[in-house]
Amino acid sequence: MTNLFLLQVLNGVQLGILLFLISAGLTLVFGIMDFVNLAHGALYMIGAYLLASFSAVTGSYGAGLLLALPAILVVGLMLERLVFRRLYERSHLDQVLATFGLILIITEGVEIIWGPSPLTAPMPAILSGSIPLIGPLKYPVYRLAVIAVGLLVALGLYLLIRHTRIGMRLRAGATNRPMLSALGVDVNRLFTFVFGFGALLAGLAGALVAPILSVDSGMGESVLILAFVVIVIGGIGSVKGAFVAALMVGLIDTLGRSFGPILLRAILDPAAASQAGRTLAPMLVYFLMAAVLVWRPSGLFGRAQS
Amino acid sequence: MEARSKVALVLFAAFATVPVLAALLDDPFLLVIATRMLAFAIAAMALDLILGFGAMVSFGHAAYLGFGAYAVAILSRFGITDLFAHLALGVTLSALFALPTGALSLRTRGVYFIMITLAFGQMAYFFFVSLSALGGDDGVTLPMRSTLFGQPVLENDLTLFCVALGLLIALYALCSAIVGSRFGRVLTGTRENITRMEAIGFSPFRYQLTAYVISGCITSVAGVLLANQAEFVSPAFMNWHRSGELIVMVVLGGIGTLTGAIGGAVIALLLEEWFGMLTDHWPLLFGLVLVLVVLFSPGGLTGALRKLRRGQ
Repeated sequence: MTNLFLLQVLNGVQLGILLFLISAGLTLVFGIMDFVNLAHGALYMIGAYLLASFSAVTGSYGAGLLLALPAILVVGLMLERLVFRRLYERSHLDQVLATFGLILIITEGVEIIWGPSPLTAPMPAILSGSIPLIGPLKYPVYRLAVIAVGLLVALGLYLLIRHTRIGMRLRAGATNRPMLSALGVDVNRLFTFVFGFGALLAGLAGALVAPILSVDSGMGESVLILAFVVIVIGGIGSVKGAFVAALMVGLIDTLGRSFGPILLRAILDPAAASQAGRTLAPMLVYFLMAAVLVWRPSGLFGRAQS
Repeated sequence: MEARSKVALVLFAAFATVPVLAALLDDPFLLVIATRMLAFAIAAMALDLILGFGAMVSFGHAAYLGFGAYAVAILSRFGITDLFAHLALGVTLSALFALPTGALSLRTRGVYFIMITLAFGQMAYFFFVSLSALGGDDGVTLPMRSTLFGQPVLENDLTLFCVALGLLIALYALCSAIVGSRFGRVLTGTRENITRMEAIGFSPFRYQLTAYVISGCITSVAGVLLANQAEFVSPAFMNWHRSGELIVMVVLGGIGTLTGAIGGAVIALLLEEWFGMLTDHWPLLFGLVLVLVVLFSPGGLTGALRKLRRGQ
């Protein structure tokens, strides 16, 4: 039982790390550019597809990753140039609609290019085993590597945002955009940078999960909604909030699904417990979100709304 | 008569000619698609009530379609087939869900509101996905359509169409009454400036929440109709794509005009049908139209028409 618990905690952390990679880009775009990008999940999906294709062509996961990351960056910058740039000054509703349209286009486009059946991506050979953790408990090396990469990115982001000039501008942009541009910063270039960076993070998340999940055209959507929950809980524009909230959501979702039915068995008969557990588990994160909002309407680390 | 009511009359009259047209062309499918249009018109109108008049962009409204649809499925399972009972349960479920989630969502503004309603909508979606008693993900086929005063008259597509049209007209009357009332004016006031409404002594929260609940309840009527039309209910009724489509309908038609929402629903479904005939990948074309409309015609169809008229 303890082992199962540890295993599920690790799985929860891993889901949380992925959610963080996706929500970090999303929240930066929100916080700094005040832009609602529903198509962010689609970038994650494209990342996974690109990795699967490039790995298949080159025969190696590493080479696939090296090719997929710049490619997703190009895709993100192209979208910014073609569509998003025209929507910065528009209402949130317009942004929601246009990016919703983009999701339809990208999802169908992906199915046209790669076909409707799911793809699989190879796992890098050196990371394909499991290592013993405690006693008989083993854990796949690849999943540990995903957690490690995520933590490194989180650290890198922290250093970038807290200790570099670009980070200073990002923070300034999130606080007061007109003032930043009045100080002579080329805000348009900053926007393009943030967008490309966000796309890169989402694509990286997609590339990382490709070997452990099936790569299909629906994968972006479930993750997008969870990323929204993460951002709402963490507070829009706060990368720290996204990190904390992503881990919370990842853990609660994973632990709720595996231990909810077991806990419920204490008060219900087994059949009812497993049904109730299955029904309630996917809703747990939304309960968490509701609870956080009752307490702090602008999220854990969000600024009070004007 | 006001210009707006005239447009509504024209729209309803156009709908009324559909059965004649279907009979002349001997194409019963026309009735089916027109019934779906009526149902979505009701839902889009209900959404416009809060989106257009209260500036509340709800991205979870498909949940209420689902409550209406599942009300039919649940009661049918217990042998209760009366349409009024189905409508009553749909409205009740919607009110029970809209009240707490609306109250929570309204603690926030703007983007937060959009995302929270989206998340609550998904919560309802996942609830029905995991509810294996009602078919879970696969959904459930209805044994029969709702009965009207104990008679299975809705089995006839024409009767179902007439009931749907009757409901649309009645609910349009209700919505315009709401919009024109003191309540509606306060609501429109909150759209323009919440702080000012507070300053002149109103409590915007109560008005917004009431409007949100009413909108959810009306949307569930559309769900009851859709379930009857398809004789099938599944969580796909409440997927977040559906919520997006409802917003699209409102915006295509022009925000803040009830007739615009009805027109938007008609156009959206026509586009879907048309693109569906052209290619299996019709969502791609639909998405393209959506992006282009947003980029080049922000006011939707009503805005474009207005621009044209001004240009002439």
